[in-house]
Amino acid sequence: MPETRVLLEHAEDPKLRTIDGYRGHGGYASLEKAYREMEPDEVLKELEDSGLRGRGGAGFAMGKKASFLPRGDMAKYLCCNADESEPGAFKDRELMQRNPHQLIEGIAIAARAAGAGHAFIFIRGEYDLQADILDAAVAEAYEAGYLGKDILGSHCDLELVVHRGAGAYICGEETALLDALEGKRGNPRLKPPFPAVQGLYGGPTLINNVETLSNVPHIVGKGAEWFRGFGTEQSPGTKVVSVSGRVKRPGNYEVELGIPTRELICDLAGGPLDGCELKAFYPGGSSSPVLKAEEGLDLPYSFEAMAEAGSMLGSGSIIVADHTVSIPHMALRTARFYHHESCGKCTPCREGTNWTVKMLERVVRGEATPMDLDIVASVQDNIIGNCLCVLGDSMAMPVGAMVRKFREEFEQTIIAASSAPAQPKESDMDSAVLPRPGAAGAISAEGATA
Amino acid sequence: MSGLPVDPAVVEGRVPERSSAEVPELHEVGCPQELREEIEERMSRYPDRRSASIPALWAVQRRYGWCTPEGIRQAAAVMRVTPAYLESVASFYDLLHTSPAGEHQVHVCTNISCWMRGADDLLEAFEAAAEGTEVFVSGFECLGACDIAPMASIDERYFGPLEPGDAATALEQLVAGQDVLPEKALAKRPLAGDRNGAGGGGDA
Repeated sequence: MPETRVLLEHAEDPKLRTIDGYRGHGGYASLEKAYREMEPDEVLKELEDSGLRGRGGAGFAMGKKASFLPRGDMAKYLCCNADESEPGAFKDRELMQRNPHQLIEGIAIAARAAGAGHAFIFIRGEYDLQADILDAAVAEAYEAGYLGKDILGSHCDLELVVHRGAGAYICGEETALLDALEGKRGNPRLKPPFPAVQGLYGGPTLINNVETLSNVPHIVGKGAEWFRGFGTEQSPGTKVVSVSGRVKRPGNYEVELGIPTRELICDLAGGPLDGCELKAFYPGGSSSPVLKAEEGLDLPYSFEAMAEAGSMLGSGSIIVADHTVSIPHMALRTARFYHHESCGKCTPCREGTNWTVKMLERVVRGEATPMDLDIVASVQDNIIGNCLCVLGDSMAMPVGAMVRKFREEFEQTIIAASSAPAQPKESDMDSAVLPRPGAAGAISAEGATA
Repeated sequence: MSGLPVDPAVVEGRVPERSSAEVPELHEVGCPQELREEIEERMSRYPDRRSASIPALWAVQRRYGWCTPEGIRQAAAVMRVTPAYLESVASFYDLLHTSPAGEHQVHVCTNISCWMRGADDLLEAFEAAAEGTEVFVSGFECLGACDIAPMASIDERYFGPLEPGDAATALEQLVAGQDVLPEKALAKRPLAGDRNGAGGGGDA
């Protein structure tokens, strides 16, 4: 099964990141069409008709979101969410690094549809190389008249600023992103009002993910019908999927939505490392409930199929675990991440992530009882739906699923650890008790060096 | 901390009469011209000047090596906000340091995908190699490069997949001012699906 490259087409060309290279492959023709030949409402209609769903995690229809912004003459904003920080996700990094102009063109077209005069790319601070590439590309786009005052004689202005974050996962949450962009600590806001009504600086704001916006030039250039020719009815288009973990060829692969998940993991990403067996995977980043290999491999990779299986497509990031990976330890790593990144504003998330980490540490130290596993599960139930944002839910869903689906392994881990002789009493216990993943010498030459 | 300007607050301690709840005047803080111009240029890009708080703190950190109390006062005077406000922002973000952090920085990702590929051993190797140097090594939550797991961000550039044996080499090159692990730089890596083809990501 080959890839279907739309967003990553020509990505192997290093000149693509310059404006001349991009235009050489037909770039900015869609922007010229949108600003010269189309009214904002026509652009918006094309986006709505395409059925493009947000690629950042929630999967909300992009055109519909843009249509929620009030009409009329007022300061409106567009924010591109490039704060890709979810464990397992690295597609936006690739898209910005290889094809920054595709994103800038998408932003300019979406801004026309939404009537936004100011746009921001909020990029995570760690992506220094990609931010430099974007800075250079934005300067080129200004120079060419695709950004700035009176774009292509349309009487529309657009200012675009690349804003570097400073290391906080929570800023990928759209309202926390707005607070961070306003220069504050990145704490989520109460919704409603939704950003489309009251967002950045109190004005109507459209917030979209990098990959979502990178689709926009293709939809406007080739039409909504063409876009719907890829993927499934409810998940049209292609998706750049990040596959990582214990596979031979981790990386980003662009495929039509709806292909069997097995093809992504076993064909494109090369399957498990030699001598290893697939055990489970996160289908949509670390916040998606894990699927056992046998229940998940033959599902179509689409928003609807993953939801039906009790998980989610999320950001489209698959993390693969094989038989060398201890699920309780994986749960602990996952919980620690959310504990570290919780902003602390809502009690269920702040306390729930903290106690989940403590209880899972007791599990891997062998100090827990099976009853503690019920408590872990009940803590997760008490987090979900009870906070301003879904950060706590993002820990509760995968950890809850792991305890439920691999309960026997959790119990065995407790027994094995409690009967083991003298253990170091240290926070990094988890790596000391059980063999580290791949410790059985299972990493193949390809896996280790590719 | 050789080479970086030393903040008087580190040597003398904080001056109590300098309240961090009041906006300091520019003439009191001795803000270097370039720092002031950089922050002012950043403020001009946003509809609201306070949006420049993170860029301003980045500028302070680049100049002093970390967000020093005096550096924060200087930025606050330029931005017309209180130092307390900027401190509240600086302390929220992992990449902004509110204590000295070394001249070079190595962040080793220890999150799920990297952990599965040996990140704990890699972090140990970097910690051991950094003993007695001016290099600041820390574990870090997901850096968004699971494709090159296990990986590290060395002075804000990504490298991987790394083996524990790479740590000492990388730090020697870093301290000597050479190109670090050129063959393992993310910037030079082709797309995963093109790895056997002719394609390349190009140089940075």
